[in-house]
Amino acid sequence: MKLKYILPILFIALLSTACSSDDDNNIDTPPTVNEVEGLIKIQDIENNNHTIELYSKSGYFNTGYNEISLRIKENTNNTFFEDFTINWMPMMQMPTMQHSCPNSAITKAPGRDTVYQGFVIYQMTNTDGSGWSLTFNYTIDGVDYSITDTISVMQNENQNVTSFMGSDSERYILALIEPKDPRIAINNMKVGLFKMETMMSFPVVEDYTITLDPRMPGMGNHSSPNNTDLTYSSVNSNYQGNLSLTMTGYWVLNLKLMDDMDTVLKGEDVTEEEQQSSLYLELEF
Amino acid sequence: MKKYIICCVGLLFSALTFAQELEATVEKDTTQLDEVILIGQRKLSNYRQEKTLSSIDNYLEKSNRITMIKRGNYAWEPTMNNMASQRLVVTIDGMQVFGACTDKMDPITSYVDVSNLEKVSLDSGQEGTENGHCVGGGIDLQMPQSKFYGSGLKSSVDLGYETNGNYKSAGLDLEYVGNKFYINADGIFRKSDNYDAGDNNEILYSQFQKYNLSLQSGYKLSDNHVLDANIIYDKATDVGYPALPMDVSLAEAFITSLTHTYKNDSTRIKSWESKLYFNTITHIMDDSKRPDVPIRMDMPGWSDTYGFYTKATLKESKHSLLVNLNGFYNRSLAEMTMYPNDSNQPAMFMYTWPDIRTLYTGIYVKDGFALTENKTVSVSARFGYHNNTIAEEVGLESLQIFYPGLEDTKSRFLMSLSADYTIKKDEYDAAFGIGYGERAPSVSEGYGFFLFNSFDNFDYIGNPNLKNEKALEANLAANYYVNKFKIGFETSYFYLTDYIIGEVDTSLSAMTIGANGVKIYNALSHASIFDFYVNSTYEISDAFSINGTVGYNYGKGSNDEYLPFIKPFSYLAEINYSRNLFNAALQLHGNGNQTNYSSFYGENETASFAILNLNFGNMFYLKQNKLVLKYGIENLLDTKYSTYSDWNNIPRQGRNFYMNVSFVIN
Repeated sequence: MKLKYILPILFIALLSTACSSDDDNNIDTPPTVNEVEGLIKIQDIENNNHTIELYSKSGYFNTGYNEISLRIKENTNNTFFEDFTINWMPMMQMPTMQHSCPNSAITKAPGRDTVYQGFVIYQMTNTDGSGWSLTFNYTIDGVDYSITDTISVMQNENQNVTSFMGSDSERYILALIEPKDPRIAINNMKVGLFKMETMMSFPVVEDYTITLDPRMPGMGNHSSPNNTDLTYSSVNSNYQGNLSLTMTGYWVLNLKLMDDMDTVLKGEDVTEEEQQSSLYLELEF
Repeated sequence: MKKYIICCVGLLFSALTFAQELEATVEKDTTQLDEVILIGQRKLSNYRQEKTLSSIDNYLEKSNRITMIKRGNYAWEPTMNNMASQRLVVTIDGMQVFGACTDKMDPITSYVDVSNLEKVSLDSGQEGTENGHCVGGGIDLQMPQSKFYGSGLKSSVDLGYETNGNYKSAGLDLEYVGNKFYINADGIFRKSDNYDAGDNNEILYSQFQKYNLSLQSGYKLSDNHVLDANIIYDKATDVGYPALPMDVSLAEAFITSLTHTYKNDSTRIKSWESKLYFNTITHIMDDSKRPDVPIRMDMPGWSDTYGFYTKATLKESKHSLLVNLNGFYNRSLAEMTMYPNDSNQPAMFMYTWPDIRTLYTGIYVKDGFALTENKTVSVSARFGYHNNTIAEEVGLESLQIFYPGLEDTKSRFLMSLSADYTIKKDEYDAAFGIGYGERAPSVSEGYGFFLFNSFDNFDYIGNPNLKNEKALEANLAANYYVNKFKIGFETSYFYLTDYIIGEVDTSLSAMTIGANGVKIYNALSHASIFDFYVNSTYEISDAFSINGTVGYNYGKGSNDEYLPFIKPFSYLAEINYSRNLFNAALQLHGNGNQTNYSSFYGENETASFAILNLNFGNMFYLKQNKLVLKYGIENLLDTKYSTYSDWNNIPRQGRNFYMNVSFVIN
């Protein structure tokens, strides 16, 4: 009987306390959008005038596909520029020569005022992470600037990028873009394919086909159903297809690259004898 | 003799030995049976069995229509009319309980013990739909009725030992019965090492160990109202499955219910029983005891069920009506983690039952109409709403690999109808029945994800788009009595449409190392199952009787292939000698050659066999107390054999000497 009276009182008490506390916070200070929310700083690159802050989801560079965000700070007053043009040149210093790697143009990140973004695909690195440098050439208010600094690129645990010589005697670089967070599901798989024209030039290869056969070597090298071959998407300038992953673990994505005439440039079918294609990527989750 | 039977037809494990009181309870049962017509009903009166400490599996196996599929020496899976658990509805006192193992290593019958039950009612085909939808039949494991005799405190102790497998069992039962209140507590413990097949071949990984505790209590609120509460806790550890690549480290069940019963003989509503129940099962498969496996894995599974039923019996002139409204909500989740031999690689994980929620509500109505004193027509119907939901997002996405565009929920309407006619005369009785029923696919059939079946060596993938399986059935049974000779037959025919069975999909790659490929659950357009049994008994004298049974079964699908697990020609002959305080029996049991085996579904031909069993029973009265002694030899000739229902042909037990002692203290 008593409960009958106590309960409504409790409810009223709970409701009224729940309503009261929300009001005071967001009236005076305008909402400050954190432009680099969800990103971790990789490093700062400085010259006398400016600091370029480099960000990514992981907070470091590794081999393979790197999505990079950056912004430029005015060193004198710690403000960030909203309007500039910028390009980059990653460079690997080898004992006898140097080379660059596939990379995109840098554009303003959608919905951001100060953050710009692009990608770089490091196809290799030294065991200690050394060897790579980044040069930025940028223009603010009609004035050109340049910064160069060494960066550290860690070797990714799995093979998420591969460079190889095709049967057409061209050198190619192939990198896994997605899935970034693989799931037990049909994943949307994206791959970047670039031709190494020179040491410095890596144009996107268009309209080839990449066949896909994911396998689990730890579990009898079984495959999965409903995978599709990767085809070129001109909108995204990369190759896309369906990747089915039936369980978590270590997967080898066996690939075969074919040109627009369906000539096989690299890779083989997986068979009982041949457990792995010579062209493959790895995935672990 | 009579006294013996009275003593035997009693409450299971009960310490009650006053004959008058026993009769009273028996009467209660039979009045209920008038309303719920049971076919092949068998009382679990343990003192009448060859072994007082038999497992439920052993009890069930004695029914003609039931065969147990054996994957080891423990947790056998019952089949009825050649149909396994997904085609049956197996309940514990009307409660839905679902095993938590994706490989059917834990049928419901393994989570209760004889000490929990009073009787098992077996209802063939659509007569078994009181508690749920099925095509093959219903098995209801019934717990004892509440009792308020004021008979006070009783206890009994049971001990058993069997030489084969060094099998030890012990049970203890304590009971207090007052006029308004009763409480019964019992516990049973069983432990067996590996058993030996014929010729002393040890069957590795056939050990098991389990215990079962139960507490039942009731309070009489008034003359017509009774409240009962029941808890069963069952825990098996270290259970080997010699026919499978994995064992079980834990199979644990907690089964609980609260029941309200109203009974009144003077009103139109004779009884009204309502039950709320909950049960939770944890089942952990592991292979840590196997020295040589292609890959180490863990496969735990969980199953929780919440449910209710409320059922009433009514009597109006010549009609006796039973109405049962019930519902349940089940959650089935199972997962698999594999550990690669290359320790640098991460563990591989998947949901094998992706958290499937099943919601069911339905109503069952049965009307028995007495045409004349010895002719009865009864009709029954069940209608239900059945819904499956995939609660785990990962699970939904993983099934979408096979079924792109699959939605997370699916609803079905299920229907079951049956009618039968029985006639009972002094010199003969006969029953004829027809029925139509539907069932929803089981969780494995609908949503299983890479479930390895070691019988046909295929990985199975569920199919959420399966149609309901439907069965049209007809059955006929008759018995003739001539003096001391009785002969009878029973037969049933099932015509199943959309018969659910795995179908090889050659485009898929097997996940399990060494598997032949992948099967997707699919449906044959139709299949037929037929069974026929002849039973006969002859009472030579008061003490001597002989009885025999022969059976024939047949099953074929629309693809012109024999169905798997169809019993071959079988026979049983028994000579009984029974006196008040002593009984003995010699039993011959065998199967013919399995000629209609199904190589298409992974079966091979099982050779014919015959075994001899010999058993004895003695009873001693020590003042008020009673001692029951049961002993004998099973498989007397140490025959090495396996039956068609032994998974991967694991051989059955060789010669076994056993002895059970029960001491009842009043």
